[in-house]
Amino acid sequence: MSDLFYWQSLNRAMDAEMAADETVITLGEDVGLYGGTYRVTEGLMAKYGEWRVRDTPISENSFTGLGVGAAMLGLRPVVEIMTINFALFAIDAIINMAAKIPFMSGGQFPMPLTIRMPGGIARQLGAQHSQRLEHTLMNVPGLRIAVPATPQDAYWQLRQAIHSDDALIVLEHELLYFSKGDVNEKAVAPPIHQALLRRSGRDVTCIAYSRMVILALEAAEFLAKEGIEMTVIDLRSLAPIDWDTCVQSVQQTHHCLIVEEDCRFAGAGAELSATLQERCFYFLDRPIQRVAGLDIPTPFNGKLEAASIPRTEDIISAVRQMLGTPGGQS
Amino acid sequence: MDRLQMRAMLRDMLRARAFEEAAAQGYAQGQIAGFLHLYPGEEAVAVGVLHAAEPGDYVVSTYREHVHALVRGIPAQEIMAELHGKITGVSKGMGGSMHLFDASRRFLGGYAIVGETFPIALGAAYAVAYRRLPEAVICFFGDGAVNQGTFHESLNMAALWKLPILFVCENNHYQIGTEIHRHSAITEVYKRACGYGIPAEKVDGMDVLAVHAAARKALERVRSGDGPQFLELETYRYRGHSMADPASYRPNVELNAYQANDPIAAAIHEAESAYPSADAMAAVGADCISHFCDHCCQEGHLDKAEITRLRQEVQAEVDDAVRFAQQSAEPDMQDAWSVFHHNRRYEVLMETAP
Ligand SMILES: Cc1ncc(C[n+]2csc(CCOP(=O)(O)OP(=O)(O)O)c2C)c(N)n1
Ligand SMILES: [Mg+2]
Repeated sequence: MSDLFYWQSLNRAMDAEMAADETVITLGEDVGLYGGTYRVTEGLMAKYGEWRVRDTPISENSFTGLGVGAAMLGLRPVVEIMTINFALFAIDAIINMAAKIPFMSGGQFPMPLTIRMPGGIARQLGAQHSQRLEHTLMNVPGLRIAVPATPQDAYWQLRQAIHSDDALIVLEHELLYFSKGDVNEKAVAPPIHQALLRRSGRDVTCIAYSRMVILALEAAEFLAKEGIEMTVIDLRSLAPIDWDTCVQSVQQTHHCLIVEEDCRFAGAGAELSATLQERCFYFLDRPIQRVAGLDIPTPFNGKLEAASIPRTEDIISAVRQMLGTPGGQS
Repeated sequence: MDRLQMRAMLRDMLRARAFEEAAAQGYAQGQIAGFLHLYPGEEAVAVGVLHAAEPGDYVVSTYREHVHALVRGIPAQEIMAELHGKITGVSKGMGGSMHLFDASRRFLGGYAIVGETFPIALGAAYAVAYRRLPEAVICFFGDGAVNQGTFHESLNMAALWKLPILFVCENNHYQIGTEIHRHSAITEVYKRACGYGIPAEKVDGMDVLAVHAAARKALERVRSGDGPQFLELETYRYRGHSMADPASYRPNVELNAYQANDPIAAAIHEAESAYPSADAMAAVGADCISHFCDHCCQEGHLDKAEITRLRQEVQAEVDDAVRFAQQSAEPDMQDAWSVFHHNRRYEVLMETAP
């Protein structure tokens, strides 16, 4: 058990998989000599050489496609896209190739490809560098998406992704790389797509993923002082979604709040909300609510940027409103 | 080149350096946040090219674009305010350092996704050609950007349809931490343009006069309907890729070598050469002396006192810009929404067809 940064646990996961299996390779911009923009591939080139840790030109479409082609020949490529914003150039390789080849080939070609990239809003990087694309990727049959929120999950889920024979996207978060947490490299991992209860409470179920889990836990802590007990579910996976864990909890609390950093319109929250009301309609005391990013390109100005995505206060007031307890008395 | 023009170019190079150093300081003090990609070392490129441009020309740039904007005539105040995210910024605090836009000065923006400047320039040039105007589109990009598919796609279409674009590669030899020999099979970038039949030339990007001369010639051809032209300008950035990058991947000897050949120092040297001191004359070789002499005869004169005056002038302008930026108001969310809906009012979008 060790206390690691999120980036370090990803680095350990990479190292463990590369040591164990020489079909694992990684490629991307500045992953080699530089050690990765967020240090995830630090030290790997020295250890495994240039053919296994490849610095690429700025050619996202083709180097992601390279990952697809290499996976068809049985390698297990881990493609790093520096940030999700640049994946827009690789969207053909991801959606038309990686997601569809296993199916179009009648099952002849599995796709043991992992694509790692950070998404989310960091700090004042402007609209082109501050966006979330999970809504786009979730909508593509054939892609699986892991969204680790903790260093432990980052470690487990990256290793599991590399083992997977399907195209798997590990969606990291720019503001989580320097968060710290206990990582047990020996412990048995839960299934990669299983949601986990980070906190249990009887009054309301809050479903979140990635960095929003941390905000949800902060809000739960705060609400507990007011006597409101909130369950926080960390989805850990956006495709597939662990419905049973969500349904079970909502059936017990009768209230459901979904928190996502992505824009509200047609996002992950919309899918969660639609399916959960289908499955839990008669258990719900109130309509399912969403706290989400505003439907606007991210403004550069720091205050506006912060106001365009959910804050802990927004979660707290949404819960109060849902439970009809304005101003803090429970 | 006359004395005034030479003075103006030197002045812009000094302005550019002073502006970027002030931005670096603002970042270090926490006044400016986000990615900040600075230009010191590369001034001769922007200044040489943009001094050869006409006011009617369009400019498309990258995230390393403060100096392109400044030399293009966007007030230092408005650029600095944008870096600070203020409502008085050229993009109203919505864009930031990497997204300076100024329609009135035909500055079509800074783009943060590498490879985006090509299609934007292509489209702008298509519109210019369609209207048969004698205008050019100047498209800036780095050595790293030429491996993006859009580069190849756009060069082909530009050549195919003879579009009025001047492609300007700012070859500083690095794609963040990856040196050009490790990211490009062909490291002489201009040769790639030849593959599309686009006239291309490699020029010393540390020499503002050489850049200016090459750009002027190329722009003349573009404007006379000869189709796209391509310049590869070899240069170097003194700082890291952005303020977040310590640039530890570059050998010190390399940085020192380029700094010894500083474009501003070189420009000052040229400018001063009207009256080289006896010591200076003695210190340089025969070729240089004859070069200086020719230059002195043909060009104007500047002296040390005037250069000092220029430095003070531009520093005052930059200090004023910083003050302006710091004192300006921040936008509020209503500003953001009104910018967002500026040309697309919801009521209009929902109108049913008659
Ligand atoms: C499509 C895309 N991929 C990756 C990046 C990250 N990135 C920003 S600048 C850069 C290097 C660009 O190098 P170059 O084109 O030579 O320009 P320079 O920064 O040297 O001026 C990279 C990889 C990006 N912004 N866009
Ligand atoms: Mg470069």
